[in-house]
Amino acid sequence: MSEMKKIKNLKEFSTSADRFEGANLLCPGCAHSIIVREVLNATNDDLVLAASTGCLEVCTAVYPYTSWDASWIHIGFENGSTAVAGAEAMYKALKTKGRLKQPDRTPKFVAFGGDGASYDIGFQWISGCMERNHDMMYVVLDNEVYANTGGQRSSSTPIGASATTTPAGKISYGETKNKKDMMGIMAAHNIPYAAQVAPNKWKDMVKKIQKGFATEGAVFINAVSPCTTEWKFDPKDTMHLTDLATDSLVFPLYEIIDGHELNITYRPKNIVPVEEYLAAQGRFRHLFKDQYKYLIKEWQERVDANWAYLNRREEARV
Amino acid sequence: MAFDKMELKDIEVWDGNYAAAQALRQSQVDVVSAYPITPSTGIVEGFAKFKADNYVEGEFVMVESEHAAMSGCIGAAAAGGRVATATASQGLALMSETLYQASGMRLPIVLNLVNRALAAPLNVNGDHSDMYMVRDSGWIQFDAYNPQEAYDLNFIAFKVSEDHDVRLPAIVNQDGFMTSHTAQGVHTMDDDTAFGFVGEYKPMNDMLDFEHPVTHGVQTEEDWHFEHKARQHNDMMTIVPGKIDEAFAAFEKLTGRKYNQVEKYDMDDADVAVVCMGTSVETAREVALEMREKGIKAGVVGIRVFRPFPFMAIADALKDVKAVAALDRSAPGGTPGALFNEIAGALYNTDSKMLLSGYIYGLGGRDLTKKHLVDLFTELQANADAGKVLTKQQQFIGVRGPKLAYL
Repeated sequence: MSEMKKIKNLKEFSTSADRFEGANLLCPGCAHSIIVREVLNATNDDLVLAASTGCLEVCTAVYPYTSWDASWIHIGFENGSTAVAGAEAMYKALKTKGRLKQPDRTPKFVAFGGDGASYDIGFQWISGCMERNHDMMYVVLDNEVYANTGGQRSSSTPIGASATTTPAGKISYGETKNKKDMMGIMAAHNIPYAAQVAPNKWKDMVKKIQKGFATEGAVFINAVSPCTTEWKFDPKDTMHLTDLATDSLVFPLYEIIDGHELNITYRPKNIVPVEEYLAAQGRFRHLFKDQYKYLIKEWQERVDANWAYLNRREEARV
Repeated sequence: MAFDKMELKDIEVWDGNYAAAQALRQSQVDVVSAYPITPSTGIVEGFAKFKADNYVEGEFVMVESEHAAMSGCIGAAAAGGRVATATASQGLALMSETLYQASGMRLPIVLNLVNRALAAPLNVNGDHSDMYMVRDSGWIQFDAYNPQEAYDLNFIAFKVSEDHDVRLPAIVNQDGFMTSHTAQGVHTMDDDTAFGFVGEYKPMNDMLDFEHPVTHGVQTEEDWHFEHKARQHNDMMTIVPGKIDEAFAAFEKLTGRKYNQVEKYDMDDADVAVVCMGTSVETAREVALEMREKGIKAGVVGIRVFRPFPFMAIADALKDVKAVAALDRSAPGGTPGALFNEIAGALYNTDSKMLLSGYIYGLGGRDLTKKHLVDLFTELQANADAGKVLTKQQQFIGVRGPKLAYL
């Protein structure tokens, strides 16, 4: 039986034995590595990991080096989820047949992908894995942009963000579409567990990851990952940006159990205006011109409406 | 719960799909990750039924696309066990990205490819467009001409693919409908004998060995990519052919059924010959014998192993022939045809004075009739007598409308 790892404090958590090494090529201030360490350090169990093509993958497995001290696979941009699902199927087969080399181990199967790999190109593969309810966890490192290829918009890019394929300009305020509600879509697969997490709220995150690991069946995690390069903020401010994201409720933290039981897991004591979140990032700088200030107001209204919606769902237990 | 063994008659009446499914069962595949597509569906349906009836213990993962099917196979193979799937045509086209990833990652996987035309126009019938499309993908490719061979070559494919000196995935081709849906007598092996030939899977760099974590599918750029691809090619050229011959020899010893990378029929004294693949080989053999009754020394060469291409063996098989036809069952898209090109390449730097002409035939399941082959052998004999190719070098046969000939 796998045992839940006891984590007393941040110091102990942050100094856990790393199976994801600090030696990697990610940008200084990138939240990806923080999230990955928080996921991996949440368990002492063995891990079978996958990454879809993206920042995490190209920065951690450049031959002849690897940053991974756990079994890890990368196939392509769209199929990190199915790579782990295939490995999980093999685990089940070898368990049935009595051919596991270490039969007493209880490995966890985890796939990581960016929002491009998850919301867009790998959407179908993830949906398939969730629908089939493989005993696995899929973690989106959601930085709302194709960061690895230089900042093109994805379907996670929010309204008003300037991306290289939806640039702000004389007659453009950047991205014109709403961010896709991936949590809602994944929960609609009636998977046992889905949660939105943020690396700054590490206790909340560890609790959810551990809950996910203890869950039999498919788990979907959406993790906000502020991108110093494409959101355009100082690398030292990653955690500050994450605080703004969670405390403005742009990234509310909640979980959905069995597709319907929604629990809000973090209620900021002081809710920060969305304007502060936007103002901290270069990608929204143009919104502060007079002609686009109405968009900031609309942003706040959208965030308020979403928060009210989540609260209603929590209350109604639907 | 242990799985049940299946009692088989010495000769069963199976179509190619069911023969392949039985081979997967007897090989005790650990994971089949698949998506159905005509005309290959019978293979995965067969495996699903074996699982439902407790004849296999392996996992059957029915995914949402062919790309996911091969992605699942790759994950499963990297985890460390025996893996197989089946597809055709559009399905292969969709999974083609992952075929290169599977071979580049050196993962043993067996893919049953039931050959079918590629759209557009949409067509479910047999030709070799799909086989040709992935010829440079780094997969070993075997070709079965009938259900018996579809059965046999699966065992051979596992044996070669999983060899630790090989570690390359393998395709077993069979013709859509003509083989996949045509029931014939198939000589079987009993379950223990069949599994004994393939053997227990021996893991290597398996992700499920937690004492030895391994990183699969790394990034390389101009610094290392070429070396990886070069080594893969080197192993295909220098190791795989010998391993295939070993597997063929072991299989012959076990069953009496002999396979060769290049199959030669009536070639000892042949003046003229056709080179082809799939079910056409059997039609051509029959016509060649009839041509001999008319005084034309006709022979047939079948390609058994399409990749690695048996370059030297083909040159040897054809070295004394006067006129040869390469039969390509794929729309060539602006070139003479894959077999024509390969054979021309194989013979070019030799002393052979062979006259080579190419024929495009059978697209989208169009029949190759005996009459077509009689005419073809007659043309070859005329070429041989004249000492030059009297026709255009590329001709289409069996297509309606005015004669199409080029080059």
